[in-house]
Amino acid sequence: MSTTNNGALSVHLRVWRQDGPGDAGRFETYDVGDISSDASFLEMLDVLNERLTLEGREPITFESDCREGICGTCGLMINGRAHGPQKGTATCQLHMREFSDGDVITVEPWRAGSFEVIRDLAVDRTDLDRIIAAGGYISVNTGAAPDANLVPVPKEASESAFDAAACIGCGACVAACPNSAAQLFTAAKVQHLNLLPQGQPERWARTEAMVETMEQFFGSCTNHGECEEACPKEISIDFIAWTNRDYVRAKLKNRKLAGQV
Amino acid sequence: MIGSLDARLPDGPIENAWTDHKFDLRLVNPNNKRRFTVIVVGTGLAGASAAASLGELGYRVKAFTYHDSPRRAHSIAAQGGINAAKNYKNDGDSVYRLFYDTIKGGDYRSREANVYRLAETSLAIIDQCVAAGVPFAREYGGLLDNRSFGGAQVSRTFYARGQTGQQLLLGAYSALMRQVAAGTVALHTRAEMLDLVVAEDRAVGIATRDLLTGEISAHAGDAVILATGGYSNVYYLSTNAMMCNVTAAWRAHRRGALFANPCYTQIHPTCIPAGDDFQSKLTLMSESLRNDGRIWVPRALDDTRAPADIPEAARDYYLEERYAAFGNLVPRDVASRNAKTVVDAGRGVGPLRNGVYLDFSGVLERDGAEVVRAKYGNLFDMYQRITGEDPYRVPMRIYPAVHYTMGGLWVDYNLMSNVPGLFVAGEANFSDHGANRLGASALMQGLADGYFIVPYTVGDYLAGRLGKEGPGTDHPAFADTVSDVNERTARWPAARGSRTVDWFHRELGQIVWDHCGMSRNAAGLQKALSEIPALRQEFHADVCVPGSAATLNQSLEKAGRVDDFFELAELLARDALEREESCGGHFREEHQDAEGEARRDDERFTHVAAWEWAGPGAEPIRHREELTFSAVTPTTRSYK
Ligand SMILES: Cc1cc2nc3c(=O)[nH]c(=O)nc-3n(C[C@H](O)[C@H](O)[C@H](O)COP(=O)(O)OP(=O)(O)OC[C@H]3O[C@@H](n4cnc5c(N)ncnc54)[C@H](O)[C@@H]3O)c2cc1C
Ligand code: SF4
Ligand code: FES
Repeated sequence: MSTTNNGALSVHLRVWRQDGPGDAGRFETYDVGDISSDASFLEMLDVLNERLTLEGREPITFESDCREGICGTCGLMINGRAHGPQKGTATCQLHMREFSDGDVITVEPWRAGSFEVIRDLAVDRTDLDRIIAAGGYISVNTGAAPDANLVPVPKEASESAFDAAACIGCGACVAACPNSAAQLFTAAKVQHLNLLPQGQPERWARTEAMVETMEQFFGSCTNHGECEEACPKEISIDFIAWTNRDYVRAKLKNRKLAGQV
Repeated sequence: MIGSLDARLPDGPIENAWTDHKFDLRLVNPNNKRRFTVIVVGTGLAGASAAASLGELGYRVKAFTYHDSPRRAHSIAAQGGINAAKNYKNDGDSVYRLFYDTIKGGDYRSREANVYRLAETSLAIIDQCVAAGVPFAREYGGLLDNRSFGGAQVSRTFYARGQTGQQLLLGAYSALMRQVAAGTVALHTRAEMLDLVVAEDRAVGIATRDLLTGEISAHAGDAVILATGGYSNVYYLSTNAMMCNVTAAWRAHRRGALFANPCYTQIHPTCIPAGDDFQSKLTLMSESLRNDGRIWVPRALDDTRAPADIPEAARDYYLEERYAAFGNLVPRDVASRNAKTVVDAGRGVGPLRNGVYLDFSGVLERDGAEVVRAKYGNLFDMYQRITGEDPYRVPMRIYPAVHYTMGGLWVDYNLMSNVPGLFVAGEANFSDHGANRLGASALMQGLADGYFIVPYTVGDYLAGRLGKEGPGTDHPAFADTVSDVNERTARWPAARGSRTVDWFHRELGQIVWDHCGMSRNAAGLQKALSEIPALRQEFHADVCVPGSAATLNQSLEKAGRVDDFFELAELLARDALEREESCGGHFREEHQDAEGEARRDDERFTHVAAWEWAGPGAEPIRHREELTFSAVTPTTRSYK
């Protein structure tokens, strides 16, 4: 782990610029000097953007909001790695002390078939919402809930559900996957709900609907494991195995329910 | 012109007020619900829960957010927890106690009936969230765990690791997406509301900008709900997400909605101090750290020794010394002001001398690193990631930062503003926290408003509109509003000055922080009132906004938001100047006792100040809503 170092550094950036979805795009290079190593990576880009603006050029479009690693808005390919070099860290939490003076840093948007580039480093991730809309919920209307302590949940189940629920929906798993698969994202939501007693009534229908919606929009998983490596929340790839198992059972169950088996 | 401010509070004892009121609210029968369109702006906790609940009831809902997905709303970042008077710990909690603590915490500047309803509703919120799959912390027996939070004497805070807001928002978001799939809610993402449409003296719709194409369009609704969050970013640096802004509320204000108590802002004592001039936002470190960390600064001025080299006798544990009973656990406003006092006196620590120590060496020695890791591991990691320092070895450095805004659009008991048909929910309204919000109560309020209050009260309003639906977007008010918005937006791409939007935002933030921050005085506020409009003029003359209005253009988005922050900042300073007392987060230096503690003036200021927009450059008009107390008696908050 690096230590405090208030020293300034200079870096050479190669940044992907693209005017819109239809544009072919290109790399542009920028030198950014005198950046505090305590600055975050995105603050370094802020500084560059201020400079570009004052030079009469268009600043680089990139997205971020919470800058605390929780909203999932940010996400850059930094030197070919989703969210950059620090494990378990979203782009907005990456700091310049992870880099050295004189480094050349390549910055690109998420690259995945389903994530269209909107402009520069910003991409469209709405297909992830479609997977949630397909079944990433428990059907309980407002007002219909029983007392919260009526159904005890084993602490271990609750903890595993939480490990899955920690997903921030950033899409790094898709960007890191050679097939642009969204298995880790989908499995995280499926298992968050499937592991809880409250999620049981819809377990099979949910699994089937979410997995099949995912397959409609994203590539298929061939067990590379790059997703887990890239995930800022270190969501375990085990959830994918569990979801595959649930999916097979779901197929069987749902056919049974429909009177087909 | 606005007549007397009637909050339409129910009569009778507060214990039954909400139940009785609900019975009195008119209903819309199931077949008629689908004739009404309800617009919900904002899909954070308040907006997502409102939109989902209204969709379930059968209304046609249109939901709007400037985010690419509802899951990104600022609510996602809340860490600590959510209060509810379940009394699962059998430690003497009750609806009444939660009500009492919240009224007292708000320094007797909120409405009894609202706060009682909030406490009452807290029970159902937890039930709803658990049923929706929110993985709250549990005990070994599988039942829900609670902790004490923010100095509360009972354990009533439900939490989900350090990510309570995330899990609650994901719950509300999934309920919302279920309605999107069911077709009751039409979701408009990357759509920013830039104006409210008012016709026939009612809110009838909104104008939005598509953030990808720049297109401005009009949307009609029989009622409009704003759930657009707070305005902490008027200070530039705050713990709020980068995009949080006041535009939706401010535009509604300019269309006639009253803005209440803008000077009530909350400073959170435990944030990581700014590292340099390019700091883009501040990060909160959970308040729970104060349970085990000890706060201190060197006694001597300019003591630049490493903390470990400063002997006990040369350390000033100023909270412990001054507040024997509460020590490091005094409320947020008290802890914050005391930190400011020592830093202003030149005893701050860290490279920029802008922090105080939060020292864990005692608990590390007593309980060992493993115990500390189990409790605070995530927070320690986060701190290290940001500062590069290891809090297991060196004390953390913390400093207060702006965190929450209690002020907001004025609403009555039904959460309807003075503009009929315009409802306001969540942090965007001013309703329940008075002059100071207690920890773990904003999440509670957002979900109370969205799940359990607005769905009833909007129904009551709509019941009165049966047979009078509309007008549609062909009403001239829509075209007029769209053309106003177009005109406003078009000025930015023409702006080719010499400074960036962020530069102006930082300068504005500095003025507001210096004069309307943790402590305020008349001279400073007057200074702010002259500096803000001057800077705004410069902003209009000299800002540079590159790019076009017909594409995704983040500079242009920011320019519009900062423009509105300028006007809000002025109102904030004016409100702070007029309120000649100290209460909660509003500390006027002229109004303190001999020991430097806040002094309220109940005789003159037991009221809500609700401001009416009087036109650009004109003095706004201050209206009052008197507050009366029958269930509790206002006392002096003391934590000694
Ligand atoms: C770091 C941090 C920690 C916190 N921790 C706690 C805690 O532990 N407990 C607690 O009770 N509270 C906590 N709070 C406070 C709490 O999180 C917020 O007050 C609450 O989440 C606000 O919810 P909301 O729904 O009102 O608004 P938000 O979550 O801010 O949502 C606003 C929504 O409005 C949309 N929007 C805004 N303007 C427009 C526009 N013009 N057009 C279209 N859409 C718009 C946004 O896209 C977003 O969807 C914390 C706050 C911070 C900053
Ligand atoms: S699984 Fe991980 S990488 Fe994928 S969206 Fe969720 S948080 Fe991001
Ligand atoms: S900006 Fe929110 S996760 Fe990075």
